[in-house]
Amino acid sequence: MKSTFKRTATAAALVSALALAGCTATSAEEPAASGECAPSDGPVTLTFTSWVPGMDQVVALWNEQNPDIQVEFQTGPSGNSGTYQNFFNEIAAGNAADLGQIEYDALPNFRVQDGLENIAACAGVAEASDDFVEWTWSQVTFGEADAVYAIPQDSGPIAMYYRADLFEQAGIAVPTTWEEYRAAAEQIAAQGAFITNFPKTDVNWFAGMVWQNDGQWFANDGENWDVQLTSDKSVEVADYWQAMIDDGLVSALPSFSDEWNASFNTGAQWTWISAVWGAGTIRSGAPDTAGNWRVAPMPQWEAGGEAAGNWGGSSTAVLKGSDHPYEAAQFALWLNSDPEALALANELGGLYPASKAGATLPVFTADQEFYGGQKIYEVFAQASEWVIPNFIWGPTMTQTYTDVSDGFGTALSGGGTLLDALTAGQQSTIDALKAQSIPVKE
Amino acid sequence: MTTTQSPTAHTRSTSSRKGPMRENVLSRSAAMLIMGVFTIYFLTPIWWLLVSSTKRRDQFTSTAPLWFTPDSFVAFFDNIGRLFTYNDGIFGQWILNSVLYSGVGALLGTLFAAMCGYALAKYRFRGREVIFNVVLSGVLVPATALALPLFLIFSQIGLTNTYWAVFLPSLVSPFGVYLSRIFAAASVPDELIEAARLDGSGEVRTFFVLGVRLMSPALVTIFLFQFVLIWNNFFLPLIMLRDQALFPVTLGLFAWNSSIGQNPDLRLFVIVGAFVSIVPLIIAFLSLQRFWSSGLAAGSVK
Repeated sequence: MKSTFKRTATAAALVSALALAGCTATSAEEPAASGECAPSDGPVTLTFTSWVPGMDQVVALWNEQNPDIQVEFQTGPSGNSGTYQNFFNEIAAGNAADLGQIEYDALPNFRVQDGLENIAACAGVAEASDDFVEWTWSQVTFGEADAVYAIPQDSGPIAMYYRADLFEQAGIAVPTTWEEYRAAAEQIAAQGAFITNFPKTDVNWFAGMVWQNDGQWFANDGENWDVQLTSDKSVEVADYWQAMIDDGLVSALPSFSDEWNASFNTGAQWTWISAVWGAGTIRSGAPDTAGNWRVAPMPQWEAGGEAAGNWGGSSTAVLKGSDHPYEAAQFALWLNSDPEALALANELGGLYPASKAGATLPVFTADQEFYGGQKIYEVFAQASEWVIPNFIWGPTMTQTYTDVSDGFGTALSGGGTLLDALTAGQQSTIDALKAQSIPVKE
Repeated sequence: MTTTQSPTAHTRSTSSRKGPMRENVLSRSAAMLIMGVFTIYFLTPIWWLLVSSTKRRDQFTSTAPLWFTPDSFVAFFDNIGRLFTYNDGIFGQWILNSVLYSGVGALLGTLFAAMCGYALAKYRFRGREVIFNVVLSGVLVPATALALPLFLIFSQIGLTNTYWAVFLPSLVSPFGVYLSRIFAAASVPDELIEAARLDGSGEVRTFFVLGVRLMSPALVTIFLFQFVLIWNNFFLPLIMLRDQALFPVTLGLFAWNSSIGQNPDLRLFVIVGAFVSIVPLIIAFLSLQRFWSSGLAAGSVK
């Protein structure tokens, strides 16, 4: 626990520095962090943009209960597919929605471009910090004092889905460390199957692996961004998977493709290291394997370790220029902590709540039939506590993902290594930051 | 003349009896082969789409991708039913929106293009060529490049996220104006307009009674062009619209497709929806195909 505390403290220091750098772009009219979040007079209509399926029905629930604060639901494609660009266009045109869904890895981009309102002074917001899983709260505050830029919505703690029946038949123990995972991969390969695939397009999955290894991809010293894609911890992860690729122990199937689903369905791949929302992906992609899957914690770098990474998750942010930050903050708090709202968002949109109390909802304590009656969400709740709280995203993640993914593709086809991909991504990220006049250390 | 010409004609006809005949068979089968290959190339994705829409979700990965399953027929109508009832039948709304944007937009767009082209062809006024050249240069600017400036303008007047935001820009068709002008110049004789004027017909009436009828093949071409253009226009609605009740079907399907991770059921709806969304285009083409080809040829030759 001591180490966790130290980590948090470092994170806070790092991220507040980050915020200072971000503030250089801030306009002078921004209200001081203390105060200035008063309720509006009379009834208010807010707009809220989100792409989570079924979110409109959660909003309808709020509208029923709050006649004076009506929320108009807006939607679009998922963030990186167009909605983030729309937010930036709207902020430039001065007619942004009051609230928007923003994934954690995109928040720094909005912060650096001054696209977020600080709602720390709004009633109930600062007090809510203990209601959310620690790492998610540090994502929305950037560690700044008196600052909250969004309310955490959902998270994606990572664990390991595996075919319990196949492991048992083959007499292979379920791996608990990465070393054992590698040994299991060799035994599985000997049977003509793969332990998993290396996903070239899911660079944020790879970031989740680095995250678990207590690595960083970005840091900030108060003035400059420091890009660390090739930090020691990151390289350690890259080398591990590179060896798996070199020895033919992992497949190159692109995640979420038909072939990939089929490989799970036919037993050609035995495990998937993935986030909590992956439970639905396997259930729908591999229907013939019902009852055979189980979930275990991620393999650890050290035996007996208690670390997990995170893949995905988003927040509800109040966008710059909102006329009603107070009401918007109230809605965001309700949306992400009200039990009824969270249950509905999980049922219709598959969201796993970032709220601590959310993890104890009936739906997350029930036996999962597809997983042989295992209470899989207990494993994820534990993983959620194990997620290292100080991971920092860069301000140009879309670009970083694209460039690293290109390199991963080359590595999978034998034209280079994962480390080459990270090295190239490191340089192109530095170039991209410079191109946007964001100070960066070389 | 006749004496020198007939032997030549004779030799040509004898040689043509062998040469072109062989050439015919050869070039014809070559042409058929190439067309066959392209037909397969273009139709395979549509075939896949049709076959895939007849499968249940768990059959995507476990059955042959290009052939039906025994219960395809039932599954197809079941899928269609679920597609149109999912999320309070929002998909039907999207199809309706697309038909509205494309149908009304193309109809009015064609009318404006016809009027503009007719005026440019039949009236002489100062600056006529300048206007025509400006319109012509509009053909060169891709619609995608205009979407963001349009968003900023519509933001100023508070029309973003409304029906008008997609509808108004759809009314403009520089290519239609160009085609109309060329076609009006060629197919509407000045004498006829003169005669109409002498008979006491007003200019507007002359246009609708004479011009529109004589230009109708070109107008159908413009209508089809514009219809397909608006139907497939994705970027403008993406930037302009937030209310899903206003989405055209292209944007709606794209939004669904990007949320498959959260709700795997959507995968099925995207595939079946994509299939349903091309049906109106196929109908429009098949029913207006006759006019389409004749209009296009007429415009380009004259």
